Amino acid sequence: MSKQSDQQGRIVKVSGPLVVAENMSGTRMYDVVRVSAQKLVGEIIELKGDLAWIQVYEETGGIGPGEPVYITGRPLGVELGPGLIESIYDGIQRPLDELYEAGGEYIGRGASLPGLDREKKWRFELAENLPKEVSAGQIIGQVQESVSVIQKIMIPPGVQGKLKGLSAGDYTVTDTIGKVETANGAVDLKLMQIWPVRQPRPYLRRLSPAEPLLTGQRVIDMLFPITKGGTACVPGPFGSGKTVVQHQLAKWVDTDVVVYVGCGERGNEMTDVLMEFPELKDPRSGEPLMKRSVLIANTSNMPVAAREASVYTGITIAEYFRDMGYSVALMADSTSRWAEAMREISARLEEMPAEEGYPAYLAARIASFYERAGRAVCLSGKTQEAREGTLSVIGAVSPPGGDLSDSVVQATLRVAKVFWSLEANLAARRHFPAIDWLRSYSLYRDSLQDWFTQNVAEELTEMIATTNRLLEEESQLQEIVRLVGAEALSPNEQLTLETSRSIREDFLHQNAFHDVDTHTSMKKQYLMLSAILHFHERGLMAIKRGADINTIISLPLRETIARAKYIEEKQIDQIEELVKKIDTELDKLSGAEEQATAAAAEQNTSDAQND
Amino acid sequence: MLKEYRTVGSISGPLLLVESVTEAKYGHIVEIELPDGSLRRGQILEVDRDKLLIQVFEGTNGIDIPSSCIRILGRGVELALAPEILGRVFGGLGTPRDDGPAIIAQRWADINGSPINPYARDYPNEFIQTGISTIDGLNPLVRGQKLPIFSGSGLPHNRLAVQLARQATVLGSGEAFAVVFAAMGITFDEAQLFINDLTDTGAIERAVMFINLADDPAIERIATPRAALTAAEYLAFEQDMHVLVILSDMTNYCEALRQIAASRKEVPGRRGYPGYLYTDLATIYERAGRIKGKAGSITMVPILTMPEDDKTHPIPDLTGYITEGQILLSRSLERRGIAPPVDVLPSLSRLKDKGIGPDKTREDHADLYNQLYAAYARGKDAQELAAVLGEATLSDMDRAYVAFADAFEHRYISQGDYENRTIEQTLNLGWDLLTTLPKTELKRIRDEYLDKYLPEAQKRTKTA
Repeated sequence: MSKQSDQQGRIVKVSGPLVVAENMSGTRMYDVVRVSAQKLVGEIIELKGDLAWIQVYEETGGIGPGEPVYITGRPLGVELGPGLIESIYDGIQRPLDELYEAGGEYIGRGASLPGLDREKKWRFELAENLPKEVSAGQIIGQVQESVSVIQKIMIPPGVQGKLKGLSAGDYTVTDTIGKVETANGAVDLKLMQIWPVRQPRPYLRRLSPAEPLLTGQRVIDMLFPITKGGTACVPGPFGSGKTVVQHQLAKWVDTDVVVYVGCGERGNEMTDVLMEFPELKDPRSGEPLMKRSVLIANTSNMPVAAREASVYTGITIAEYFRDMGYSVALMADSTSRWAEAMREISARLEEMPAEEGYPAYLAARIASFYERAGRAVCLSGKTQEAREGTLSVIGAVSPPGGDLSDSVVQATLRVAKVFWSLEANLAARRHFPAIDWLRSYSLYRDSLQDWFTQNVAEELTEMIATTNRLLEEESQLQEIVRLVGAEALSPNEQLTLETSRSIREDFLHQNAFHDVDTHTSMKKQYLMLSAILHFHERGLMAIKRGADINTIISLPLRETIARAKYIEEKQIDQIEELVKKIDTELDKLSGAEEQATAAAAEQNTSDAQND
Repeated sequence: MLKEYRTVGSISGPLLLVESVTEAKYGHIVEIELPDGSLRRGQILEVDRDKLLIQVFEGTNGIDIPSSCIRILGRGVELALAPEILGRVFGGLGTPRDDGPAIIAQRWADINGSPINPYARDYPNEFIQTGISTIDGLNPLVRGQKLPIFSGSGLPHNRLAVQLARQATVLGSGEAFAVVFAAMGITFDEAQLFINDLTDTGAIERAVMFINLADDPAIERIATPRAALTAAEYLAFEQDMHVLVILSDMTNYCEALRQIAASRKEVPGRRGYPGYLYTDLATIYERAGRIKGKAGSITMVPILTMPEDDKTHPIPDLTGYITEGQILLSRSLERRGIAPPVDVLPSLSRLKDKGIGPDKTREDHADLYNQLYAAYARGKDAQELAAVLGEATLSDMDRAYVAFADAFEHRYISQGDYENRTIEQTLNLGWDLLTTLPKTELKRIRDEYLDKYLPEAQKRTKTA
């Protein structure tokens, strides 16, 4: 509690986003202050005697010594409640749409608009079978926030006692909807609660992730899957398509809520999201994607300190939805800009730098940020069934020169379980998503095996193993081709080269801007891959029976396989038929008359060899 | 009357430390009167109680400790704005450099500008026809985009920029167009190339220039692009013009920034550039764009020379992370006489997909450039292979791709400074080149477009 709210500090030094003020004794680390008569928002990041070092979230031009600093006595917090969905905020949760209406096209200073609309009334419905005694996390009712999201209203963390006078009705976020009689007096319940951004919201206990986060992106879902509650790191040089990958995920992940943090990136990209999301439909609900999204935009030209706060604002909002028992995905683009903001502030504090000028606490901050992701049993009061929520975090990293030895990449790789390595040379070839199939990895592969076997196909694990093997073989064969030319290869090896090329070009390559290709269901992914692998298998058999490799690889059927990606989801039986056609066409090549007996015989011998 | 201070404590490089000052504000501008009565300008970089740290734009030579006099002007660096700035030449700080009169300001604006609210932005999606195939066909530029040219010493980036300024038009529009040119530390000859070309084509009437040449004070370069963009914002968002801003050369700008950082004894980042280089560059580049409800736009083409042609050098690297793509110039193409020597494979326009298509250019545009890229990339690979193993080892298909890549470089990339191709010509040229490949190889193009646009001769060879 702030003991003297009339206490005022006085500025003694201004250096870019850092302001030093005196007469600040009694304030606490990470308390929010308002700087100068313009009331710029700032946060205390160092205290020494009665001096406080303040990082200011707004441009500090025109501020000088002698001006006042107002103390709020509260840490930087976000407002959590109805109205979050469909919002676009800056790094400290100021609504950009309202700032635009109030202040015009440029971002002015000292604007203090609340994160949640104070006027709007929400229809609050009571939960059934409410107990008399409630504690943190108890769902007491709900608000239909958008067509896609029902916001559950929960007892805030730390509150426990007798529920009094709760009633349904139309409320604004600040109206009192009921009371809880706690041991220390009555606490008013509101639709809104405020939570400090730097403190993770509590949950009951953590669980290991068990279900994939499906993205509709073939290279991700099939080769390097991420889980609901998992973490992924997407590093890549500029132009390798980080942002497109992030946008594709924000569009197509199968979660209930998506929080997209544009941290220190391009203004036009945020505009793109803003224009596209209301138009695009969520494939599951059929409603616009915007109806499940919260956007946070702190573009590169906006004040640097607010960039530092933006990822925390984002993840706190995401945790709040997780606490309701939802699956949530957070995309942060790009965490390098967040790290750079930390570096800039650290340099102004004259702290001893570690690698590349980054502060020594960089790795710790990154680790504790990613650790806020996870699958958790949420706090749900005493009487309710335990509910599970998940929060997945996907962070883009922009290493200088694409150099993966960069401190931010390395610190992230130590905590993130999935690594999608974007490569400049793939991007230059317009192979998108430019995720390198040899370098990337997913540590969730094994824990997801059961899920894939049960929900997609028995043989999927084996198919993926084959795919990986073929791609690995290809890289070795290409070395040979580079040294001695393609004719030195055996027909089997030539087919391997062709098949892996087909895997790369016809399966892994995916056009984000093509209406059909932009998203692929698991079923279609499975069928596409099985067509390619089936052709390979039958091709090997045909070679064994003496078919010419060049005839096999120039079969027009292969073009049909290549175009399978453009087949619409409702017509995917066409791909199934394709598999049958592969059998007949390749059998034709190796002599139709003796096909039946020969095929059977071959099958037996090859089986025998495999044993 | 402004307070005067004769309390300079120390001078170091471009920096001045002044003591016992009251009422100073961060970012404000000061006037420094030298013993001989001449005036310099500087900006406050830091205020610490009564001490001021000032960067002097015109350099500190001749400033002494006892008798130099400092006056704090109580405002930031400002630029006088009025429609009459068109056709004028200014110095790096925005004072007239030509023989014309001082600008009578309609209003003064702080050259640092303010960040555009992302919510207020309108998405850039109007195709600009530059008449250059490698840009229009493969890396389309749209209004409000920032697309830098990554070049190297000795490469013709200035000629390309001049060609852009000369030829850029938006299809089917006769709207007001202006060019803002900021020269930072370039030579007189390079600046003159722009001025002469703009004069020859009569475009000088619609141009505003901010010139800081190689022998002008280096620190002034910090202000030059900002002054230019303030003028551009005024023309675009208050005078409803479509403005093309050319900034040359950003490498010199960054070096000036590094000079100040070094004088302040800041902890250096990569290659001695300050850690905030990204943020600083963003405050320049992000001023391009379109705004909802405003008729005008700012399209930006910054030029930078990559030290040793190294794309991972901090300047091109950080630029690439902020801008919406890049046009790379290739020394090897230049040596082979291909002009403009645009290196197609690493070049990229991020906003291309929004600017092309049925109502903007043509429906087949996207598929076509994807195919051309893929084919050219494969052709280049095959060329490399042939260089190692000899042409004879290539498969027939690879040979076809090598031939394609050659034709592509000589007919598509190469076009010369004064050839202005329409988008139709560029697209048809692309299709024409693709006829040398079998139809089965054209996987990236939708069947319907193949049927519609592939020249007749090719369709017959389908089963070859």
